[in-house]
Amino acid sequence: MAARNPIYGLLAEFETPTEVVEAAKKTHAAGYKKIDAYSPFPIEELSEAIGFHHNNVALVVLCGGIIGCLTGYLMQYWIATISYPVNVGGRPFHSWPSFIIVTFELTILFSVLSAVFGMLALNGLPMPHHPVFNVPRFELASKDKFFLIVFSSDPKYNADDTRAFLEGLRPISISEVPS
Amino acid sequence: MTPVEQLELEEKVSRAPVMEPGHSFATISDKISSVVLTRPLSIGWLLGLSVAGAFVMVLTTAICYLFLKGVGIWGINIPIGWGFAIVNFVWWIGIGHAGTLISAILLLLRQSWRNSINRFAEAMTLFAVACAGMFPLLHMGRPWLAYWMFPYPNTMNYWPQFRSPLVWDVFAVSTYATTSLLFWFVGLIPDLGTLRDRAKNIWIKRAYGLLAMGWRGSARHWSRYETAYLLLAGLATPLVLSVHTVVSFDFAVGIVPGWHTTIFPPYFVAGAIYSGFAMVLILAIPIRKIYGLEDFITERHLENSAKVMLATGLIVAYGYVIEMFMGWYSGNRYDSFLLWNRLHGPYSFFYDMLWMCNIFIPQLLWIRKFRRNPVLLFMVSAVVLVGMWLERFIIVVVSLQRDFLNSSWGMYYPTRWDWAVFLGTLGFFTFCMFLFLRLLPSISMFEMSTLLPESKVKE
Repeated sequence: MAARNPIYGLLAEFETPTEVVEAAKKTHAAGYKKIDAYSPFPIEELSEAIGFHHNNVALVVLCGGIIGCLTGYLMQYWIATISYPVNVGGRPFHSWPSFIIVTFELTILFSVLSAVFGMLALNGLPMPHHPVFNVPRFELASKDKFFLIVFSSDPKYNADDTRAFLEGLRPISISEVPS
Repeated sequence: MTPVEQLELEEKVSRAPVMEPGHSFATISDKISSVVLTRPLSIGWLLGLSVAGAFVMVLTTAICYLFLKGVGIWGINIPIGWGFAIVNFVWWIGIGHAGTLISAILLLLRQSWRNSINRFAEAMTLFAVACAGMFPLLHMGRPWLAYWMFPYPNTMNYWPQFRSPLVWDVFAVSTYATTSLLFWFVGLIPDLGTLRDRAKNIWIKRAYGLLAMGWRGSARHWSRYETAYLLLAGLATPLVLSVHTVVSFDFAVGIVPGWHTTIFPPYFVAGAIYSGFAMVLILAIPIRKIYGLEDFITERHLENSAKVMLATGLIVAYGYVIEMFMGWYSGNRYDSFLLWNRLHGPYSFFYDMLWMCNIFIPQLLWIRKFRRNPVLLFMVSAVVLVGMWLERFIIVVVSLQRDFLNSSWGMYYPTRWDWAVFLGTLGFFTFCMFLFLRLLPSISMFEMSTLLPESKVKE
């Protein structure tokens, strides 16, 4: 196992969304693949710029919804026809129109739960500690500054070359992120 | 149309803006987070919290006495088995609907003006659903057996009856409560991260840090977050419409005159949104004044909310007119009698007041000057809330009061315990709102930031 790099990555700070997106595009084009960016609000172009095109949230929600739908209907079918059949005014045991509402509600419930917990799980949250929080200026990432990081695990990463490359992008500041 | 283009267009057509000019990313988060982090405790807030807290005490006392004595302490009887408990349940859950409408439906319709009122409207939904949820439980008589409503394997070899609307309601309301809570919390996560980064006190920092779960605004996280948030909105939209539909089935599936009608689902949903927007205005008007948030909750928001009230109020009016028409046109003697009983029976005063509060007075909102007058809007909203409460009272009580047989007629008089529980939930709702305003950002900071022109990437 390789020794752990004491440096987690190099963090460059930018003033505007346009600058950080521009910088992210250039960094990605320069061959750095293990990069990430941080912003106080969602910027659609930014995830594209760092080369993150597909997230699997919708797929997770679809699976959750299908499971919820099947659970809802099959549960009612089993209860009403097999486990606990009750004759209500001569209606058939499998009176499917009455089962639609609970099926619908459970579809929504399972989809919602999978959307929220699926999103958190894919994001690796909760995770209260993260190396980027060690950089004092990173506090501004939730206010009005935009950050770009090149992780030291990137094969092209080299402390001096990468720093020189990032300086070429004209950031406000560059910080080393200790891991 | 992007939000920026929309802002520019609004300047051209001289509507009130969604946000006053002169703000930047920093001033938005400064202004909104300062309410939570740096504003000193004020006497007014403490006083409001104490008064609301006193009503929470009333609620707990009333509930304790109810558990001790049973539902006989209320005014319910045979034939009127559904008294205040169900009236209040329907009223509260209706109020909740505006929060989901604002946060989900208006998000899907790209109505970016919603960004400043969705957070507290969602909080309002959550607290209103909590109040609503109490009533069916308390009404059960043996609330400690409430879990019997859920399907679970048990030694009694029994399962819920899925052909009953009351079981549908259990699923609809519990799904709605869960969804509202999660939608609200997901919306809060990035702002909790902002509060964590801005708090000076280490314990406050840790508390918000714990809730923010380590949110750091990574572009990958934002991408998944946005997808999840949009999907949640898409899921909440049919859900919110289904909830009051299912509540209306509780009535419409029964055969009692005044309940057994197919117009109930749409007219209940419209009524829910109507009362919900009235509550949004009741909360927004004082909050923007007291916390100096007029830059974010502008006249535009008040005016739009008033327009939604006017539109849904007219749908409700249509429902009332159709009910009356059908009472006459059906030729059914029980339906005609119901209409007569509403107009001339012992509760006719409340029926007249219902028309006054829900239909006639809100027509003032046709006039633009009134829609932009916060004081008048506040009063109209209060009138609508009373009116919508009366509507549920008429539906529940007057329908049950005189049904098919004269021998089973009766009267309903609420007791002091009915009032204690109702006022208690009003106190509980207010208490939660007071805490929410000081502990969490009442306007979404990151969504407000996206309204600024400089948040867009220039080519």
